[in-house]
Amino acid sequence: MEKVISWLDARFPLTASFKAHLSEYYAPKNFNFWYYFGSLAMLVLAIQIVTGIFLAMHYKPDGELAFASVEYIMRDVPFGWLIRYAHSTGASAFFIVVYLHMFRGLLYGSFRQPRELIWIFGMLIYLMLMAEAFMGYLLPWGQMSFWGAQVIINLFAAVPYIGNDLSTLIRGDFVVGDATLNRFFALHIVALPLVLIGLIAAHVVALHEVGSNNPDGVEIKKNKDPVTHHPVDGIPFHPYYTVKDILGVVVFLIVFSAILFFAPDMGGYFLEANNFIPADPLKTPAHIAPVWYFTPYYAILRAIPPMFGSQFPGVAAMGVAVLIFFALPWLDKSPVKSIRYRGPKFKIALGLFVIAFIGLGWLGIQPVTPLYTLLSQIFTAVYFAFFVLMPWYTRNDTHKTEPERVTDK
Amino acid sequence: MSEMSVDGSKRRFLVAMSTAVGGVATAGAVVPFVMSMMPSARALAAGAPVEVDLSKVEPGMLLTVEWRGKPVWIVNRTPEMLEMLGKHDDRLTDPNSENTAQQPEYCKNPTRSIKSNYMVAVGICTHLGCSPTFRKEVAPADLGADWPGGWFCPCHGSRFDLAARVFAGSPAPTNLVVPPHKYLSDIKLLVGEDQQAA
Repeated sequence: MEKVISWLDARFPLTASFKAHLSEYYAPKNFNFWYYFGSLAMLVLAIQIVTGIFLAMHYKPDGELAFASVEYIMRDVPFGWLIRYAHSTGASAFFIVVYLHMFRGLLYGSFRQPRELIWIFGMLIYLMLMAEAFMGYLLPWGQMSFWGAQVIINLFAAVPYIGNDLSTLIRGDFVVGDATLNRFFALHIVALPLVLIGLIAAHVVALHEVGSNNPDGVEIKKNKDPVTHHPVDGIPFHPYYTVKDILGVVVFLIVFSAILFFAPDMGGYFLEANNFIPADPLKTPAHIAPVWYFTPYYAILRAIPPMFGSQFPGVAAMGVAVLIFFALPWLDKSPVKSIRYRGPKFKIALGLFVIAFIGLGWLGIQPVTPLYTLLSQIFTAVYFAFFVLMPWYTRNDTHKTEPERVTDK
Repeated sequence: MSEMSVDGSKRRFLVAMSTAVGGVATAGAVVPFVMSMMPSARALAAGAPVEVDLSKVEPGMLLTVEWRGKPVWIVNRTPEMLEMLGKHDDRLTDPNSENTAQQPEYCKNPTRSIKSNYMVAVGICTHLGCSPTFRKEVAPADLGADWPGGWFCPCHGSRFDLAARVFAGSPAPTNLVVPPHKYLSDIKLLVGEDQQAA
């Protein structure tokens, strides 16, 4: 065995990579509950890739055949129902862990200098994930697939001057049809997964270059053991955090399996009822709403009225609502990173932001009424105020002094 | 050879030139891939006009036909419906069909039609492309006492009257599109082809 390893090591950095990224990657010793979601996102990615490969063996990306081929997978393919439900549950699970992973970054200032680039890679992953989820949702070719794609592609048509040509380019036809379905399949199973994996590699490499943040937001690299040169508050990722993450995986899989076996459509939130009706280009369902993970942005879109005879302002607000996260590392002017040492202004702002985000998510599922539109407008204002006012309220906030070393809280 | 020094400016020039030439070649290579995503010849050919038999459309009734993959509505408006049309101009965004992109010249009139009773419109909301629902009843509970009959978009709540004109305050910015159409006879309509100048 040792001979094999040394033969490999002479030709490939096997042991060196294992040490650099696992057994001698020193992570802060005070990770808590919030630090499960990065590794869980990797697990969900693996679930999506494996189940996706096996679904592609039976699925037909054709406007005439797609809907029936999904029903075929559900009824006739041995264990097809399990693989398909794992994939559809995995899509929602992916967004749950990613939203919690991002919220961890907000709590502990993980996006702050020197981790700006990790945050940017993460946001690009989030964008790709949204595109991946959107394109995947067209494939079952049900009513929600069809009309959801129709609405989202029409968002691009609202761009001034080039909009119509742009939306035609995306659809490959003047209406959502067979051409659109076929290309979304190609992008969903080949192009976007490749980009996603590349971005995830960049995200992890950048993280291992600067080192992980922690719930205290203090840099463990400032305090190294004079003999070993390892951070005194760091512990090797393997075995300490691999064991911790395995616990997270077990708990996650229990919840995941419970949904998969007992409530795969999650009362219409993971799989919408209208999507069990084949796509009909002549009839919009009476009530359409995107899947839950897009609803906050959808509510922002609906909150902005048309201006100057164009719906572009709403579309632009929706786009900016996603893209504004990229600016976060430069908007936060606080001298401390972690919420543990921040003052009341930031805590209130973050609390309001969470309420606005969840509120918008709920409103995005509801039908349009004047009261809900007003509420959406208020929450949209709060959402943007969190970012736009951040330089002001973080600079003028009181804060506690960061400790020299991480704490055991 | 050993006497020769490196000519830095020549190197920079060559690097810049090869980068520029390579860049142009790459941009050129992208063109066929992007163009392959545009509608194919088959998709372009699929836009043939559609003939509609109007004898089936009774007064007050809506018929939906498919033209270029989109729903096209034909409503046979009753005299009562036509009478309602003039009563809410002040609540409309574009009551006089000033936006010339939304209808052919021959439908720029108060009823937005050739024959005043037959309304022909593309049933795709000008907001984000849903197909609005036909709600011909006057003042139903869910749409309010001032609802004169028309279309309501379930996706984002846009409202249109029975001439497919948008009510102010709707998310939709413009009236629904009236497609090119002409009458082949009293009861035969052709959607997709303009009528010749009368």
